[in-house]
Amino acid sequence: MSKKMHINLTVNGEHHEFLAEPRELLIYTLRERLNITGPHIGCETSHCGACTVTLNGKSVKACTMFIAQADGAEITTIEGIGSPDNLHVLQRSFREHHGLQCGYCTPGMITRASKLLEENPNPTEEEVRFGMAGNMCRCTGYQNIVKSILAAASEMNAAKEAAE
Amino acid sequence: MKDFTDEQKERAANLKGLGSSRKRVEDARFTQGKGNYVDDIKLPGMLHGDFVRSPYAHARIKSIDTSKAMALEGVVAVLTAADLAPLNLHWMPTLAGDKQMVLADGKVLFQGQEVAFVVAKDRFIAADAVELVEVDYEELPVIVNPFEALQSDVVLREDIADKKEGAHGPRKHHNHIFTWEVGEEAATNDVIENAEVVATETVYYHRTHPCPLETCGSVASMDKVNGKLTVWGTFQAPHVVRTVASLLSGIEEHNIRVISPDIGGGFGNKVGVYPGYVCSIVASIVTGVPVKWIEDRMENLMSTAFARDYWMTGKIAATKEGKITGLHCHVTADHGAFDACADPTKFPAGFMNICTGSYDIPTAYLAVDGVYTNKAPGGVAYRCSFRVTEAVYFIERMIEVLAIELNMDAAELRRINFIKKEQFPYQSALGWEYDSGDYHTAWDKALKAVDYEGLRKEQAERVEAFKRGETRSLMGVGLTFFTEIVGAGPVKNCDILGMGMFDSCEIRIHPTGSAIARLGTISQGQGHATTFAQILASEIGLPADSITIEEGDTDTAPYGLGTYGSRSTPVAGAATALAGRKIRAKAQMIAAYLLEVHDDDVEWDIDRFVVKGAPERFKTMKEIAYAAYNQAIPGVEPGLEAVSYYDPPNMTYPFGAYICVMDIDVDTGVQTIRKFYALDDCGTRINPMIIEGQIHGGLTEALAVALGQEIAYDDMGNVKTGTFMDFFLPTAWEVPNYITDHTVTPSPHHPIGAKGVGESPHVGGVPCFSNAVNDAFRAFGLRHTHMPHDHWRIWQTANKLGLHD
Repeated sequence: MSKKMHINLTVNGEHHEFLAEPRELLIYTLRERLNITGPHIGCETSHCGACTVTLNGKSVKACTMFIAQADGAEITTIEGIGSPDNLHVLQRSFREHHGLQCGYCTPGMITRASKLLEENPNPTEEEVRFGMAGNMCRCTGYQNIVKSILAAASEMNAAKEAAE
Repeated sequence: MKDFTDEQKERAANLKGLGSSRKRVEDARFTQGKGNYVDDIKLPGMLHGDFVRSPYAHARIKSIDTSKAMALEGVVAVLTAADLAPLNLHWMPTLAGDKQMVLADGKVLFQGQEVAFVVAKDRFIAADAVELVEVDYEELPVIVNPFEALQSDVVLREDIADKKEGAHGPRKHHNHIFTWEVGEEAATNDVIENAEVVATETVYYHRTHPCPLETCGSVASMDKVNGKLTVWGTFQAPHVVRTVASLLSGIEEHNIRVISPDIGGGFGNKVGVYPGYVCSIVASIVTGVPVKWIEDRMENLMSTAFARDYWMTGKIAATKEGKITGLHCHVTADHGAFDACADPTKFPAGFMNICTGSYDIPTAYLAVDGVYTNKAPGGVAYRCSFRVTEAVYFIERMIEVLAIELNMDAAELRRINFIKKEQFPYQSALGWEYDSGDYHTAWDKALKAVDYEGLRKEQAERVEAFKRGETRSLMGVGLTFFTEIVGAGPVKNCDILGMGMFDSCEIRIHPTGSAIARLGTISQGQGHATTFAQILASEIGLPADSITIEEGDTDTAPYGLGTYGSRSTPVAGAATALAGRKIRAKAQMIAAYLLEVHDDDVEWDIDRFVVKGAPERFKTMKEIAYAAYNQAIPGVEPGLEAVSYYDPPNMTYPFGAYICVMDIDVDTGVQTIRKFYALDDCGTRINPMIIEGQIHGGLTEALAVALGQEIAYDDMGNVKTGTFMDFFLPTAWEVPNYITDHTVTPSPHHPIGAKGVGESPHVGGVPCFSNAVNDAFRAFGLRHTHMPHDHWRIWQTANKLGLHD
C-alpha cells in the first residue's frame, strides 16, 4: 500500500476533500466513498462505458482512472444531469422511446449522450452511432437508444430556436 | 374492441391494459441513476470477498498457503475447501444432478476455477490478498475437446471415476456424463437408408456466454441474534436459491430471505447457483457480518455459465421433390468440468428435441452425449429456452444444406414442409405438442415484405458481376423460420431440483382502488412492472398506473420458479390473469349486493359490473374495492385479495420468420447487414413497444453470437476471450436498424393467449445471420461453415473457395 494523497474533487457541484491511496479508481471513489451509485461497473477495462462520467468537460470512463489523476477535477454524473422535478431532455426521451431495458448501461449512456449533444447538437444517425460506440448495451440493440438521442436533439434544438 | 362504443373504448384505453404501448414505470429510477443493483447494496461493517482462481485448466493442488494473505492488514478470513468441508459445503449440487466444487477440493478442472475465498475490509485489500495466497499446483494433462475426452485415459472427474451410472442413466466412459435419446432410432435409420435424397452435415454451435452488462454477485448477511440469513443477489430464480440455500446450510427455509434487487440483464447467466454465492453466505456465517461478492468481467466470462458448445451431426432425408421424410441428429455436448446445465431435471439436453423445427417430419431420432472437459461448467440457455437455440440453429442449417442437395430454393423447401395450420395442435415426432401456428401466412408475409424474388434476382446478378470481375462483393440472403418452445412448464414433466415449474401471483386490492401484485418471477430488464400491471388492468378494470408490481423478495412474493426460458408471461402471466379473475369473481358478488340484484344479473364491462339490460346501473371496480373494506356484506369475507398458482397444461410455441440481406466483401471478409426483417408471432401482444424492444435486443445478441462472439480456449485450456477486447459485444456502430412485423396466433391454452417473446429473436436471429453468410457463398459450392462468422473466418472461407485467386 502506498502513501495516501490529499484529494480535492467537485462532483455534481458539491466539493469533496479526502485522503486516498493514489491507486483508488475513480469509480470506487464515486460509488463507495461518495455513495454516488448511478455510474456502474461493467468491465473495468474501459470498454463498456457503464461508468461514464463527465470530467472537466469530457466523457471519461471512471473505471480506469486513478483518483490521483482526477485530483482537482470537476465531475458530473447521472445524478447531476437532471433532478426528479427537472429531468434532462434525454432522461425523458429515453423513457419515451424505450431506450432502456435493464437500466444498467443507462446512466453512462445518458451521461455520454448529454456530452455528445453538447459537442454536436445536431447529429446524424451515423454520428450518434459513432459517438455512442464507447457505451455498450446488451438489452436494446441500440435502435431505440439512437432514436431517443435523435429525438432529444430535435427537442433541444426546437427549444433553442424558440428561445432565440 | 370492435363492438365497443366510443365511451367504452375510452374507458378501456384509460386502463392501459393489454395491447397498450404503455411507457415503462421502471424507467424513472433507471434514467436518474437510482436503480438498486446488488453492488449498490451497502451494509454497516460489510466485508468484501474475492477469489483466488486457478491459472491452470487441470492440475492437482499440492498445498495452499494462506499465511501471507492472512497477515495483510484488513484481511479477515481466507476460506479453502478444507474450511468448507466440515460444513459439507466444499461441493454443491448442480441443477443438472451433478455436483460441483465450491472451492477446489484436491484438484482444479478449469482455468479460473475457485480455489480460495479471501474476505477483507475493502475490495482493494481483498485483491491484494488474493495475490498473496500461495498455491502449489502440479499440472495434469488438459482436455478441451469432447471427442478427445471420450477416448482419453485421463480421468477428469476422479470423484466419480468408478460410477457407471449418472443422474441421467449409464455412463459409457469416465469422461462421459449421459446419453439422452428421444424418438425412434431404427425407424429413422430405415427412412434414411431408403430415402431418395439425404443431406448430412456436422454443425458446431460454438461456446459463448450470455454476458449481461452487470456481472454476478451477492451480499449475504447472517443476523446471528435473530438467526436470519438475508441474501441479495443476481438471481433469476430467487425462490429456488432460498430452497437450495436452506438444503445446503441446514438453516430453516423461513429463516432465509433471498432478494433479487434490480438485475442488470441476465440472459441465462444468473439462473445457476455459483460458488461466489455460497462463499459469501459461509463467510457471513463465519464472520458474523455482511459479506459482498461481486465478480469482475474476466471472472464472469471465465467461470460463470457458458452457453452452447454443441457438436450436432445431422442426417435429413427427403423425396426428390423436397418432402422431408426423416431426421437423425446426434449431439456431442461439451459440458465442461461439472454438469451445471440449467435445464429442467428430466431434460439433460433441455428441449433439444424441438429440433424438428417448424416442419412436419414424420420420423426422427435424437441422441445427445454429454461429456466432461477442462472447461468452465454451465450450459445455460443464453437468451433462449433450454437448448432451443441449438435445436433451431441445427434444423435451419440442415434445411439450407438439404436445399443445396436438392438444388432447390430454400424458401420453397421450407414452405412445402411447414406444419399446416389445420394440423395444430401438432404432435411432433420427438414428443412435443405444438399449441398453435400459422406458418404459411407468416412466411408469405415475410417473403413479400422483402421482395424475396427480387432479392434472389439481384443476388444472381451480383454473382455474375463478380465472375466478370466487376465487383468484389457478394450478397447473402439469410432465411429462418423458427418455432420456439417456451413457458416451462407443466409440473408433470418439468422441475428444477424437484420444484415443479409452476408460477404464481398474489394480488391485494387496496380500499381506494389501487393494488399491489406480487409474482414468483423477477425482471432483468423485461419490464414486468409495466406489463404485468397491464394484464391485471384488463382483468380487474383498475388502471395499470394504479397497480404496483413487486417481484424478487422471497419473504413477500409467492413461490415461483423465476424468469428465464421466456417463462414469465406464459406461466406467471397466466397466474396473474387467473388471480385477477378470482378478484373479479368476488367483486361480482359485492357488486350484485350493492346493486341489490342476483350475482348472475350483473355482467363485467371493462372496469365495472353493470346490471344486465340496465347499463346505467353499475358499480366500478374502484367502488367495489372500497365496499370490500367498509361494508358488512352477508356471506362475503371482508377484503379483496387473491392468489393463483398456475401449472401450465402445455408449453407455448411462439414462432417467426426472419430474413437477413447481407453484403460480404470477399477481400476483407467484412459483412454488412443491409436489411433485417423480423416477423414474430408471440400470440396475444401485451405491450407492442416492449415486444419491439425485446426483438431489437435479441437480434443484436444473435448478431453477436453469429458474427464473432465466442468463448475460445487454446490447447492448454487457457481462455482466449476473457475480456471485451476479445469477446465480441457489438456497439451501436456495428448494429443495423431492424424492421419488425408480426402476426397474431394466440395460444389456445393460455388464459390471455400470450406465448412469450423475449428469446424468439435470439433463437431465430442466430441461424438467420449465419444462413446469410453461408448463402452468400452457395453459388461457389459452399455447403456449410461454422460460426462465428467474423471477418477473418469469412475471408478464410472465400480464400478456400478460390475467390482470391
